[in-house]
Amino acid sequence: MANPIIELAGLTKKYGSFTAVNQLNLNVSKGEIFGLLGPNGAGKSTTILMMLGLTEPSEGSVHVCGINSTTNPIEVKKRVGYLPEDVGFYDDLTGLENILYTARLNRIPESIARPKAEELLVRVGLAETVNKKAGKYSRGMRQRLGLADVLIKDPEVIILDEPTSGIDPKGVREFLDLIVELRNENGLTVLFSSHNLHQVQQVCDRVGIFVEGKLLAEGDILSLSKKLFTNSLYLIEAGIIPPDTVSLKGNQLTDWVKEILQPVEGISSVSEQNGIFRIECSRDLSAGISKTIIGAGAGLNYLTRKEYGLDDIYNRYFEGGTKS
Amino acid sequence: MSNQSTAIAEKTQSKKFTIFSRTKEKNNVSNPFWVIVCKEISDYIRSWRFIILVALIALTCMGSMYTALTNMTKAVKPDDPEGTFFFLKLFTISDGTLPSFFVFISFLGPLLGISMGFDAINSEQNKGTLSRLMSQPIYRDYILNAKFTASIIMVSIMFFALGFVVIGLGLITIGIPPTAEEFLRIIFFLILSILYVALWLNLSIFFSVRFRQAATSALSGIAVWLFFSVFFNMIINLIAKGIAPSRMAAESQVIGYQRFILDLMRISPGQLFSEATTTLLVPSVRSLGPLTMEQLKGAIPSPLPLGQSLLLVWPQVTGLIAGTVLFFALAYISFMRKEIRSR
Repeated sequence: MANPIIELAGLTKKYGSFTAVNQLNLNVSKGEIFGLLGPNGAGKSTTILMMLGLTEPSEGSVHVCGINSTTNPIEVKKRVGYLPEDVGFYDDLTGLENILYTARLNRIPESIARPKAEELLVRVGLAETVNKKAGKYSRGMRQRLGLADVLIKDPEVIILDEPTSGIDPKGVREFLDLIVELRNENGLTVLFSSHNLHQVQQVCDRVGIFVEGKLLAEGDILSLSKKLFTNSLYLIEAGIIPPDTVSLKGNQLTDWVKEILQPVEGISSVSEQNGIFRIECSRDLSAGISKTIIGAGAGLNYLTRKEYGLDDIYNRYFEGGTKS
Repeated sequence: MSNQSTAIAEKTQSKKFTIFSRTKEKNNVSNPFWVIVCKEISDYIRSWRFIILVALIALTCMGSMYTALTNMTKAVKPDDPEGTFFFLKLFTISDGTLPSFFVFISFLGPLLGISMGFDAINSEQNKGTLSRLMSQPIYRDYILNAKFTASIIMVSIMFFALGFVVIGLGLITIGIPPTAEEFLRIIFFLILSILYVALWLNLSIFFSVRFRQAATSALSGIAVWLFFSVFFNMIINLIAKGIAPSRMAAESQVIGYQRFILDLMRISPGQLFSEATTTLLVPSVRSLGPLTMEQLKGAIPSPLPLGQSLLLVWPQVTGLIAGTVLFFALAYISFMRKEIRSR
């Protein structure tokens, strides 16, 4: 990480006895699209608020563009554009007026702000609705207006908090494309928070998986899946009928299956679910497994091989999050 | 805002914005604080709420003007010590059917303040604009201060306009111009009224920070207002009856009792306001507490000069300022500590 533009060190936020963000260490380098992936209530928004200095961390430090967000939020907010989740606008002003208001708050002279706002609105695809009241905008239009609103101040970093929630798939696609385009053209750093894995996968260079206030894993998607599934990239599900000589139930049966599969190398775990045994292994061992089972005198009525995808990464890690 | 109002606002809007932007360009770039103030003021001007309030207050003002003018002849007696303060009567006299101007203001002022402030912060939060606003490079207190400043500017413009309308109409109808002292007394009365509205405005801004729902915040404001305008006096009466000294009690005891009851009454900002305005608009008022016969002995029943009247109401004015500052501080502290999340 040569040039970290966002630096979080030991960041912790406590609300009473509840820890929303726990000892978070994260670096995002310049020009990167970083995906903050996590279920609702994982502490993503809280982390973002701390980055903008909108709430104080209980412990640790946040530096954005080399500036401490907690002690010097104004300087950070000059450089960072923040698009909150479900952004709102003044309903009785038009889209353009809303953007111009933001420009004025950023001390951008009117002569520069107006042409720029118009240009941005064309860019985000709101050219025809520039003079329409923001109150009449649809959710997707509001979100795009939000992006224009963020870009009017020429930020170095943009932080998007669940920007795609509530937009239809086509709108999401366009929105994501726009983000990538902007990054490629202007060298923006983008922090993209979402609970939607597929969207994150589409645009992000690196991903951090965030559950219960902790960063469980971080890296690009390929290395992430390798890291998480070093021993078990494959899942083999088998329906095994034990021979009549064996009369075991439940866990004992699982142990028995483990025992007979002992000779097969590369199996990392065996578990039972609804009568189906789930065998995790690092290589495709389905042939060896079936041979061994039949060799042990048991019947095999079902065998299927699954490869772990990102959905599984997601499910695996977020199961922890949904439990609480 | 309703559809009708947006339709009306739509016509005037584009013009307004160019006006604002032109003034900006002249002084290059204006401070974000004044940007927010300008926006808030233009919001007020366009809102139905403000139009209704202006209409309401203008109506009462006209109504009380009318009663005052029709009763003018009866009110002026040849040997009246206040005879020289003929013009001030415009604000104070009534025939009993309709209250006088200053009573109206003391009644409607709180309503004005509450209705201007009750959704100052929470409506922004519910619209999702607050977190967007907060992510701009502005100090957090700008938002609160600008909202307060904008409301006070609006109230000041309105009160001064109404006050001058009353003066102007009075001038036309009765044909006697106000003396300099009368004019100053009216100005002080208007400033006092603005201060009184500011107190209620701050209270309702505090509620708007405290309560997420605009309706809750409006209701809390109105509840406080009703408490002070209806129930407070009843409670005071109850206490007064309970602790009343016997008829045989010493004079000092009776005075002490009177003072105590009066002090209790002065907890209500309305009481402070009406004492202060009465003293300003009726120059013959020389004391706001009980006076003994000895104190009155030798006093000439003449009106007080303006300086003395101001001196007399100074504690009341200080009380009102203190209340205003207190509620502003409460709103400020709770807003600065509030964590702003989207929606």
